[in-house]
Amino acid sequence: MLSRTADHLYWMARYTERAENLARMLDVNCRMTLLRQEDEAVRRRWTSTLAIVGQLQPFLLTHQSVSQPAAIDWISFEPANPGSIEQCLDRARQNAHAVRGTLTSETWETLNATWLEIRGFRRDSVSVQGITNFFEWVKFRSHLARGVIEGTMLHDDALDFTRLGTYLERADNTARILDAHFASFADDASKYDDAADYYEWSALLRSVSAFEIYRKVYRDVITPRRVAELLMLRDGMPRSLHHSMSRVHAILVKVANVRSVETLRRAGEIQASLQYGRIDEVLTSGLGRYLEEFLNKTSDLGARIGEDFLVSAATV
Amino acid sequence: MPAAQIFDEMTAADGAVRAHYARYSRWLAALPADRVREKLAEADTLFRRAGITFAVYGDEIGTERLIPFDIVPRIIPVAEWNLIERGLWQRVTALNAFLHDVYHDQQILRAGKIPPEQVLCNAQYRPEMQGIDVPMDVYAQIAGIDLVRAGAGEYYVLEDNLRVPSGVSYMLEDRKAMMRLFPEVFAEHPVAPVEHYPDLLLDTLRSVAPAGVREPTVVLLTPGASNSAYFEHAFLAQQMGIELVEGQDLFVDDEVVYMRTTQGPRRVDVIYRRIDDDYLDPLAFKPESMLGVPGLLTAYRAGRVTISNAIGSGIADDKSTYPYVPEMIRFYLGEEPLLQNVPTWILSRPKDLQYVLSHLDELVVKEVHGAGGYGMLIGPRASRVEIESFRNKIITDPARYIAQPTLALSACPTFVESGLAPRHIDLRPFVLSGRDVSMVPGGLTRVALRDGSLVVNSSQGGGTKDTWVLTC
Repeated sequence: MLSRTADHLYWMARYTERAENLARMLDVNCRMTLLRQEDEAVRRRWTSTLAIVGQLQPFLLTHQSVSQPAAIDWISFEPANPGSIEQCLDRARQNAHAVRGTLTSETWETLNATWLEIRGFRRDSVSVQGITNFFEWVKFRSHLARGVIEGTMLHDDALDFTRLGTYLERADNTARILDAHFASFADDASKYDDAADYYEWSALLRSVSAFEIYRKVYRDVITPRRVAELLMLRDGMPRSLHHSMSRVHAILVKVANVRSVETLRRAGEIQASLQYGRIDEVLTSGLGRYLEEFLNKTSDLGARIGEDFLVSAATV
Repeated sequence: MPAAQIFDEMTAADGAVRAHYARYSRWLAALPADRVREKLAEADTLFRRAGITFAVYGDEIGTERLIPFDIVPRIIPVAEWNLIERGLWQRVTALNAFLHDVYHDQQILRAGKIPPEQVLCNAQYRPEMQGIDVPMDVYAQIAGIDLVRAGAGEYYVLEDNLRVPSGVSYMLEDRKAMMRLFPEVFAEHPVAPVEHYPDLLLDTLRSVAPAGVREPTVVLLTPGASNSAYFEHAFLAQQMGIELVEGQDLFVDDEVVYMRTTQGPRRVDVIYRRIDDDYLDPLAFKPESMLGVPGLLTAYRAGRVTISNAIGSGIADDKSTYPYVPEMIRFYLGEEPLLQNVPTWILSRPKDLQYVLSHLDELVVKEVHGAGGYGMLIGPRASRVEIESFRNKIITDPARYIAQPTLALSACPTFVESGLAPRHIDLRPFVLSGRDVSMVPGGLTRVALRDGSLVVNSSQGGGTKDTWVLTC
């Protein structure tokens, strides 16, 4: 297929997935603040959320201090934030628009309808009830887009590059969410088996639709160690790093070309470390460092995929 | 020709509903008003959701507008269509013969049927094409011929579109929408299908591949997502299952055109281009064009790729060439034209110029290179100031203009704010030429939605209607 087409499909999927994960992250924060009313804790949580999405500095340029409604608004709708949910959905649609001939009409109509419907959620609807509905809607539209793509598109390289975008973005996003929640541990190993903070960890699990899965897999109290294990190393957990990178690796095997040998090797290396790694070793060597390295590696992989397959000049 | 009388497609002058509208008219009369409103809203949602939009130039950047769709179809009885079809076949065949001739022996010029300077000094004539053979000797694989009906219901050809005629996607989407909105009406009406148009188009494009290519790779070349007709480009590429490419996706190596794919370069044999000649190849035409492919003309001239429609087709659809089309039909086919031209004054002729300048308030004056309803004067609707300023433009450069009588375009009932009212319409059938000449019954009916307006162009507030050819 055309390199440019593959590029648009890949980014269409990445932006759709990113919007979903942003909604998940904001949703879990809102749920947490319903439990903890102290202003300082709320402010800290939203400050760290803005930092994870790389928007703390730009936010503080126009705001005196961090508040929940302003932070939600900034990450959801702010036009000056290129990574806002609204901007992600807009870019997903722009990329789909550029290749609408390659998509099934159902896929295009789904993304176009999402883009049209987001106007129905405006900034003034940021009441707790309203904003929760908004996050639900974003997740639902992402589920719908993925379902329509899987259910209607021909299983060829167009679908491969779309999925590649989805899984690489998901691996990145899950790693960021984990990083944010474990940041306060500062690699203090004693905290990993502390089951005291039930609400914190159950909220995290719910944010990645893993609460029921945790119960099913461990049939035990929720500990940070097992949360990390589930979201990083468990292949059957659809939003885990292991699952995401296994899919990335499998797709790269399928679409391989003469240029992509090294990219495939690096993807295999990441995948193998997740498949054969053990959580105790990850935690001993430092979770924060591990995640940081992981993010660097996935970002490198993204750049290499761009060079090998997507940049049209490169295929001359 | 009578100017005042307006031909109503549905109702005769005595108030009786025409036979081919009888069944539809009964059904429409029985349709409750609230159901009409409901269906109009549903149609709007259908088109908006499918993103069937066009961009308006000069408007705010990125503006996408829906082309208004009207739910009352334009109906043509099959006997009438058969005549139109024969006339279109004849006209397009002659236009292609003319293109082959002017880029080879120029017999029609030597025979004195068309003044040589009319062709050779025209900006649309491409010397680069002189002596170049194209597959099947066909230049315009896709032609959109605009037809109108005047006071007595007689058809006229208003203009020929041979460069990058657009609108066929609306023809197909209008039919899809009608069948979805009113399935029960189709059960009662034997409407000739049009849905196979993309198949015919692909077949036509494959048939003009360079000689020796057995499984040609066909692509559609678009200027990109910001082009006003991008929806149509994407739609047609998808319906035909071919790649939708931009200039940056193609490159030429050793006179062969390739597209850049995730698996490396892949050869391209036929380019259905939706980009004007000037932008196709920055090495040959406009050097600043970012839309084209450097070296494309060389590959084309070497016969390694087919460009459809051919470079230089514009010489045949230029408004200054239009008055000579009936002569082409006689010259190449030895037949009398079945579809008439609108009588046209050629303002480079002193006698015509004199007549036109003294009758500006009755005539339509068009720029010969204009398109999209821009740059024209509609005498009866223009103010005195507009007429005088146009008069000055004409006197400065008469050869830039032609003039025609103001036709009373036929009208078809259309839903507007105040209810059902007659609005002026035209018809653009799409004629395909490759191994054979083929077309689907009907075409795109455009409607001028403003009361009294004669301008049907979508860029100027025109809408569209489904077009039915009733097979019995």
